[in-house]
Amino acid sequence: MSEKKPERREFLFTASYAVGAVGVGAVVWPLVDQMNPDASVKALASTEVDISSVQSGKTITVLWRGKPVFIKRRTPEEIAEARAVKMKDLKDPQKDEDRAKDPEWLVMVGVCTHLGCVPLNDKGDYNGWFCPCHGSHYDTSGRIRKGPAPSNMQVPKYEFVNSNTIKIG
Amino acid sequence: MSDHEYVPKSKFGKWFNDRLPLLTLASHLTDYPTPKNLNYWWTFGGILSFCLIIQIVTGLTLAMHYIAHADLAFESVEHIMRDVNYGWLIRYVHANGASMFFLAVYIHIFRSLFYGSYKSPREIIWIIGIIIYLLMMAAAFMGYVLPWGQMSFWGATVITNLFSAIPLVGEGIVNWLWGGYSVDNPTLTRFFTLHYLIPFLILGLVVLHIWALHIPGNNNPVGIDVKKPSKDTVPFHPYIVIKDAFALLMFMIVFAFFVFYSPNILGHADNYIEANPMVTPAHIVPEWYLLPFYAILRSVPDKLMGVVAMLSAILILAALPWLDTSKIRSAVFRPLYKQFYWILLADVLILGYVGAMPAEGLYLLIARVATAYYFIHFLMILPILGFKEKTIPLPLSITEPVLGGFPNAAIVKRKESLD
Repeated sequence: MSEKKPERREFLFTASYAVGAVGVGAVVWPLVDQMNPDASVKALASTEVDISSVQSGKTITVLWRGKPVFIKRRTPEEIAEARAVKMKDLKDPQKDEDRAKDPEWLVMVGVCTHLGCVPLNDKGDYNGWFCPCHGSHYDTSGRIRKGPAPSNMQVPKYEFVNSNTIKIG
Repeated sequence: MSDHEYVPKSKFGKWFNDRLPLLTLASHLTDYPTPKNLNYWWTFGGILSFCLIIQIVTGLTLAMHYIAHADLAFESVEHIMRDVNYGWLIRYVHANGASMFFLAVYIHIFRSLFYGSYKSPREIIWIIGIIIYLLMMAAAFMGYVLPWGQMSFWGATVITNLFSAIPLVGEGIVNWLWGGYSVDNPTLTRFFTLHYLIPFLILGLVVLHIWALHIPGNNNPVGIDVKKPSKDTVPFHPYIVIKDAFALLMFMIVFAFFVFYSPNILGHADNYIEANPMVTPAHIVPEWYLLPFYAILRSVPDKLMGVVAMLSAILILAALPWLDTSKIRSAVFRPLYKQFYWILLADVLILGYVGAMPAEGLYLLIARVATAYYFIHFLMILPILGFKEKTIPLPLSITEPVLGGFPNAAIVKRKESLD
């Protein structure tokens, strides 16, 4: 920049552009933000599920926030298999203990972390889940083992309301 | 615009034209000097204009009956098919029209690649064309979501999830696109809005595309500049108009075959099952015209890099005028480029084929090789070829190959020695 003092006119131009930019931004933001999840969508944040009828080794799928959630009652073998895996064999290292509050119950969002398809139960090379869209394999803890997905299937916030009911969200 | 001054004959015409020179524009368009050696590959510009108009007209009429709501969309489409007068016809023309539109645009693009129409001074025409192509893909994708069938829903899920590959903000962007935590009613209504908007954006860009074309004028099969107006050119009307009209009729026969004899062959049976967020179809495939890019996406084992590769495959086309370093436009005079051109075409067709197949085993291997070759073609072969290739001497005018053999190197040499 030159050494001379900014002219009055230059200052006025800069100030006008700055105020104009703020004004345009303030007008554009509501138009952008209206596309974000609205109040009615956010209001459906939690759902309660009765799990008393789920048999060992079976999976139920419930809808939470428009997405399927897998609730699997794992067999002792499946739990043992999930816990025996070495951390260094995992693409997204995470202990099974950190994924299931009660080892018998695995609760996770049934959405492949690659591009959002619903993986199939009891399929794939690791006896867990297999995504038919682009071939991601998940183990009995829902952790990614093989294929293009970058991370494990997500565990939502959930709690056991009582021994027969899980509250998701 | 036109070199000559146009004066309307009637008094009213003159009065009007002085105030709004629409008649001057019409005169420019009819007299527009066109190289007289244009072949039938040049008729696809007109065919594409026809496709756009067909899509807009059928789309408007479908929108009079369609209901953009997750609970009603699927039923309203069936209502169009069964109850609305000629609804089946209008919907089949619209659905197959999208395929015909892409068929024509691919021929148009590969015409340009063969004859070097993207080269100076036509770079802006080319880039506007690429933007139109991108908008066409967006419109086609969103239109495919509207019937709210299984492929609609899961196609929308997979494609919008591409944005989740962006580090840090990806998740937020996807929720913003969806208007929720999954593809649902808010997604459908905004897709309908944008699907309605985009054709008019394309229409505006087509005007710019043609405007930019009319500055340097058409390229031609020989790829050399023509003096206009001269004996090298003929007026657009009636010469090109009648040729375009004939080609359009041939094209409409193909179009009508699909609409009347196999209206569903280009679609997927799964889309006649209503969307179900709990079940993903066993095999998700996009429409045929997006398959090569889908194959590129799946050939990369990393999520983010797969998305980057797919987008680059499209955007690399915009840089083509600068990646191709050869000054010779037409492949007719580029013996090596001509061969690489056909290899590229085969490569894209192979990508399309493996894109429709499951991403495993041999298919995956072929997809990876074909993806690598696609980028090698644009990033290595084309820049190097411009310097290394020994090209065939160009004729002196577009008339010469017609009168003196094609391309007759001996005549060219003799003419050059005479000059």
